[in-house]
Amino acid sequence: MIRVVLPAHLRKLAHVEREVKLDVEGQVTQRSVLDALEARYPMLRGTIRDHATQRRRPFVRFFACEQDLSQEPPDAPLPDAVATGGEPFLVVGAMAGG
Amino acid sequence: MSGVRVLVGTRKGGFILASDGKRSRWDVSGPLFGGWEIYHLKGSPADPNRLYASQGTSWFGQLIQRSNDGGETWEPVGNRFVYDGVPGTHLWYDGTPHPWEFARVWHLEPSLTDPDTVYAGVEDAALFRSTDGGQTWQELPGLRNHESASSWQPGAGGMCLHTILQHPGDAGRMFVAISSAGTFRSDDAGGTWRPINRGLRSEQIPNPTAEVGHCVHRIAMHGSRPGVLFMQKHWDVMRSDDAGESWQEVSGNLPSDFGFPIDVHAHEPDTIYVVPIKSDSEHYPPEGKLRVYRSRTGGHEWEALTKGLPQRDCYVNVLRDAMAVDSLDSCGVYFGTTGGQVYASADAGDSWAPIVRDLPAVLSVEVQTLP
Repeated sequence: MIRVVLPAHLRKLAHVEREVKLDVEGQVTQRSVLDALEARYPMLRGTIRDHATQRRRPFVRFFACEQDLSQEPPDAPLPDAVATGGEPFLVVGAMAGG
Repeated sequence: MSGVRVLVGTRKGGFILASDGKRSRWDVSGPLFGGWEIYHLKGSPADPNRLYASQGTSWFGQLIQRSNDGGETWEPVGNRFVYDGVPGTHLWYDGTPHPWEFARVWHLEPSLTDPDTVYAGVEDAALFRSTDGGQTWQELPGLRNHESASSWQPGAGGMCLHTILQHPGDAGRMFVAISSAGTFRSDDAGGTWRPINRGLRSEQIPNPTAEVGHCVHRIAMHGSRPGVLFMQKHWDVMRSDDAGESWQEVSGNLPSDFGFPIDVHAHEPDTIYVVPIKSDSEHYPPEGKLRVYRSRTGGHEWEALTKGLPQRDCYVNVLRDAMAVDSLDSCGVYFGTTGGQVYASADAGDSWAPIVRDLPAVLSVEVQTLP
């Protein structure tokens, strides 16, 4: 079970609480987690990753285990603590603008 | 009793302002989608309970919301706006090629006859259509594939397709306007397009009378006379009597012919409204006086409408999508400002009163006249 924390705007859009729990098949990576997230909550498609390129939107960041994983390749394994559900994967709106 | 519903898009959410036919007391509801930019809300002419909203932020991109009950409840629908084929390039502000990139939906235009069909004008400029109530979107690529498209450049607000007009009697004929490429017409339901900018003159481009490159801010038509178009250009108020084949300037005695919105009275096809703005670098009314100007002669001769509007120390702007008219017997006129006021006139502009004064900056105003 993977834990994902969403920013307020996306929680409201998906009608979920602060933390979402997901089952992810196979290796736990940014891509597999986001695929599972979007499969469960289709209204989030396009809000975290660009529809066409599947790249992270510029003002979205990914944190976990007190690390910034935003620049990691999408198919790189996430930390074991995320893969085992010990720590959440955080989707964060960049701190830009008021 | 008949009534009106005013749909207001702002920098931080959407609002619905409702009144009966007297238009003197208003219920204000909102914000809808608080914290998000709502570029545009519009209702279907074929089903007034069907509303569409363009919702977005720089953080989380574009969403489209749909209501089937007049705005009581909403559901997100499709937000996949992907250009057809390889999008290519247009020109950037400095004249260098720049890849076509989707940024946002500026304008949603529901079909005149089918609530499930809706057009979307987007930045970077392109026209999309949904025929399933917004669930899926397909580009009408004939516009962006026009031979001139690689030379289109953005205006200050981005390279946006901001106006979509449908001919009420000819389903094949449509008009769109793009900042800053100009106005285009299709006679085959959006399959192919050609620029219709003859008569426009823009000193900001190398060839002031070029076929494309004009910063058209808004075009408007009256449904009973769809061959006549009115235009607020970057500078100049223009008129065409031949469906855009040629344009003549009708700025007349306006204190400034720079501005953004233009609209037509619901029952008088030659009565038009603009809001003069001082200049392209000073986006506020001349002399700090917020004045709507009305022409009852289709241009050339204009009168200032000031009753109820601030006539000193007013430095707001009125954006291109932020004016609308209702179709009650005494035509109502509405506009919103970047200062967050929405003003209404129930007497065709003779007098005005604010419905609300302190919304976030208003991006768009639309009106539904309800039975």
